[in-house]
Amino acid sequence: MSRIELKVNGRSHTLDVEPDTPLLYVLRNDLDLRGPRFGCGLGQCGACKVIISGAAVFSCITPVSSVKGEITTLEGLSQNGRLDPVQQAWIDEQAPQCGFCQNGQIITAKALLDKNPHPTDAQIRETMNGTLCRCMSYFRVQSAIKRAVKTMAGRSPADPKEVVA
Amino acid sequence: MSSSDKLPKQIEDVLVTHRREFLKHAGLLAVSFGVFGATAIEGAESQSSNPAESPGPYRDPDFHQIDSWIVIHEDNTATFYVGKTDPGQGTGTCFRQLMSDELDIAFDKTTCIMGSTDITVDQVGSGGSSALERDSWPMRRVAAEARRVLLEMGSDHLGAPVDQLAISDAVIAVKANPSKRVTYGELIAGKKFHVTLTGNNINRVTGQAKTKSNPELKYAGQSIQRDDIPSKVDGSLKWAVDVKLPGMVHARNVKPPFACAKLTGIDESSVKSLPGFIKVLSKGNYVAVVCEREEQAIRAARQLKTTWQKPATAPFPASEDLFNYMRSATPVSDPRLAAGNPELRAPGFGPMVVGNPDAAFSSAAKIIEGEYEIPFQGHTAFAGAHALADPSNGQMTVYTNDMKSYSMRRGIAAFLGMPHDSVRVVWMMGPQGFGRSAAEDAAFEAAWIAREIGRPVRMQWMRDEETAWDTKGPAFLVKMRGALDSGGRLVAYDFHARSCDHNHIGYNEPDSVLIAQLMGTRRAKPAAGSAAMPSDMYAIPNRKMVGEVVGLPILWETPLRTGNLRDPNGPQPTFAAESFIDEVAAAAKADPLEFRMKMVKAGKDDDSAFRRARSIAVLKAAAETYGWDSRPSPKPIGKGKILTGRGIAYSFRGRTVVAEIAEVEVDRQTGHVWAKRLVCAHDCGFVVNPESLRHTIECCTLHGLSRAIHEEVQFDTETVTSRDWFSSPTLRHTDIPERIDIVLVNGDPNPDRPDLPPYGAGEPALKPMLAAIGNAIYDATGVRIRRVPFRNDRVLAALKAAGV
Ligand code: FES
Ligand code: FES
Repeated sequence: MSRIELKVNGRSHTLDVEPDTPLLYVLRNDLDLRGPRFGCGLGQCGACKVIISGAAVFSCITPVSSVKGEITTLEGLSQNGRLDPVQQAWIDEQAPQCGFCQNGQIITAKALLDKNPHPTDAQIRETMNGTLCRCMSYFRVQSAIKRAVKTMAGRSPADPKEVVA
Repeated sequence: MSSSDKLPKQIEDVLVTHRREFLKHAGLLAVSFGVFGATAIEGAESQSSNPAESPGPYRDPDFHQIDSWIVIHEDNTATFYVGKTDPGQGTGTCFRQLMSDELDIAFDKTTCIMGSTDITVDQVGSGGSSALERDSWPMRRVAAEARRVLLEMGSDHLGAPVDQLAISDAVIAVKANPSKRVTYGELIAGKKFHVTLTGNNINRVTGQAKTKSNPELKYAGQSIQRDDIPSKVDGSLKWAVDVKLPGMVHARNVKPPFACAKLTGIDESSVKSLPGFIKVLSKGNYVAVVCEREEQAIRAARQLKTTWQKPATAPFPASEDLFNYMRSATPVSDPRLAAGNPELRAPGFGPMVVGNPDAAFSSAAKIIEGEYEIPFQGHTAFAGAHALADPSNGQMTVYTNDMKSYSMRRGIAAFLGMPHDSVRVVWMMGPQGFGRSAAEDAAFEAAWIAREIGRPVRMQWMRDEETAWDTKGPAFLVKMRGALDSGGRLVAYDFHARSCDHNHIGYNEPDSVLIAQLMGTRRAKPAAGSAAMPSDMYAIPNRKMVGEVVGLPILWETPLRTGNLRDPNGPQPTFAAESFIDEVAAAAKADPLEFRMKMVKAGKDDDSAFRRARSIAVLKAAAETYGWDSRPSPKPIGKGKILTGRGIAYSFRGRTVVAEIAEVEVDRQTGHVWAKRLVCAHDCGFVVNPESLRHTIECCTLHGLSRAIHEEVQFDTETVTSRDWFSSPTLRHTDIPERIDIVLVNGDPNPDRPDLPPYGAGEPALKPMLAAIGNAIYDATGVRIRRVPFRNDRVLAALKAAGV
């Protein structure tokens, strides 16, 4: 065991865990967060994603000791009780089915839009491609991203039925 | 709606009195009925009490009592308790819509608790697209009866006869003097209804009140936002994976490295000194390790040295030889024996003969033949099976996302030899349930280990376990023959299906669940398995249909276990039948849509669900939405790198009718198929929540696309080699069409029936999609591929072979 310092969603934590413990288990089991989830443990599905220094990272294959920047999880996206526009777009589009994968979908989309507020359709599809959904909510997820792009740009979003992915 | 900080008294009273003690300890008295009330255990561990003191017994709530279904609170809100689970299609919201309507209470003043065996009645859980079609009816009748009883109470209270009263949003008022009013909460909060319902099973349970007619429904029919979505988006939902209990430990399985392997040794010293190590458990060929922390259990399971002996004969052929094997295998029993002797009823069906197919074939102008192959396809849940089992106080409480909590309770009680009322199952949300995930395996395993070590145990399957060892949808081999007369009409049809489905695994069976198999349990007779016939309304005068079931050489302790996968026997025969109809249309040089339409219209009689009329309606709606132009397939093959084409397929499931059109682009250099556009015209009767329904249909359609272009279980002669998302590909963001049209046709062709009922919608849209894609590929390329999935290499090889 060794002392590890983590900053998660604005709060600092000091933990005593093995340095090679995957970040995912520390977030879930030591810090009681529910956003990042186990889907594959292999960096193939995105269920475990968190944002570290602006990038969407697979926490399932990230040793806790290697984390340098501040971590933001799904729970940390809302500010002062207000949902992030990406999360709001998810509700407006009613994007999830079971919802288990949606942490990965939302975190990946959030990191994309923070870097590139006006992605092309192709950029959206490419960036999201490593984030899987077995309920096949993909079309709505893409619609939700386009809706978020519009709200973030201050324009009023299109009617959900007219949004074409 | 507002939160209530304790379990309603009525519910407690319906349950056994001394369970109160347990409820307190498990934190159930602090149930949060917040935004999303799907599970009763929300906040359980945050009470940090000691569940070891929880007593039981856990009796079933009596479905004959209104109090088991509906509780009205002091603040004039209501909680509904239903025995269903919602794996993500929004059915929980639909139940609230319907029950709010029948009870006459504002939708946003209600919440709904689902699927926990000790506080909700046994409606099985979910499955079979039955949520609204069957299971919403008892809910509606009970809510209508509660309204009737409240109205009578209101009449007494206000001193006015019932017919002079009106109800609006749970307030009863005198029509002539609306200031004379009383709320439901004032009448009954804190008290019980004490009304016994009639009906000898839960699907027949009823009171005296009539349910409302469709035009009287206010919330049903509206696109109310799903109540589970906000907490899934902000990270606040507590899933089954999030439950934590004091003293809980983590378990991981050590699966046999090949099918039917015999465990010959465990070297515990290989893990003993690992940090957090607690125990290796083993019985028969079942092996698991338990550690204090999750990552420790994962490491110990990987590091544990075990030795295994291979079976004497190969358990199955390799995946590339599967269809040859199925072709030459002997069916489980001869279907011809079925006639006249029910004892010999064969798995499969038939032969079913209409008209005189032999004569029609011998006088045919043209005979068309085709053989279609559909491999095993996995449930392959997004995340591995998991459960938490708590053995405190000699009881067993299981937290699971399994769709069928009630049979899980019975199964685990039988498996552990515990009394039924010592076991309870708490259903919580989890990765999607499309028929039969491995969630139940994990729950049985967690429960067994928990009892062995006397601590709460969390079991989680890893990715490779889930992909390799979950249950599979059966492979099908379908031979078809059709006879055209000189006028280009299909006058005879021969459908011969063979499924590889012997020892089909049921739900939560203590003698077929994987841990039981690995521990050596064998039932005397493996489950028969089944094949199925196509579903259509084509008037083909002469037909012969046969279904047979074959089994793999070894049926037990194998990762090639078959079980129900979303529309269990639907997509396979439909891929064959609807591809074949397309082949026949092409042979007759007819437009494939018109060819189908003609055959549906040629039928004189409709059935009780009006499926003929509704088939015509959905075919028309799909064609109009797409902008279908009449011409035979294939279209003249283009010169460029990308070939485009369109295909149609149609079928029904139960009383729901679906027609789908796919437009594809085929890359002739890579064999890559992209479905650029999809149209799904869908008729599932009365629609409770149009937007939620559209979303479910859209995702179901895409699930069909995934099975058409990606999904196939691969294996060598020892084990399943599909083990992760690369070896078991699934649909991804880049596969998604640029346009999807979902058309809710949902009209009622019966003018004499004011109340169109809802039919199932969780599965039907998947069924025709495989054929729609195959037909579109044919239209684009002129090449008929009779084998799914249409993976790049397979398509490219077919194009090359045809010189395209
Ligand atoms: S759980 Fe980390 S990518 Fe799948
Ligand atoms: S919504 Fe269920 S896995 Fe994506």
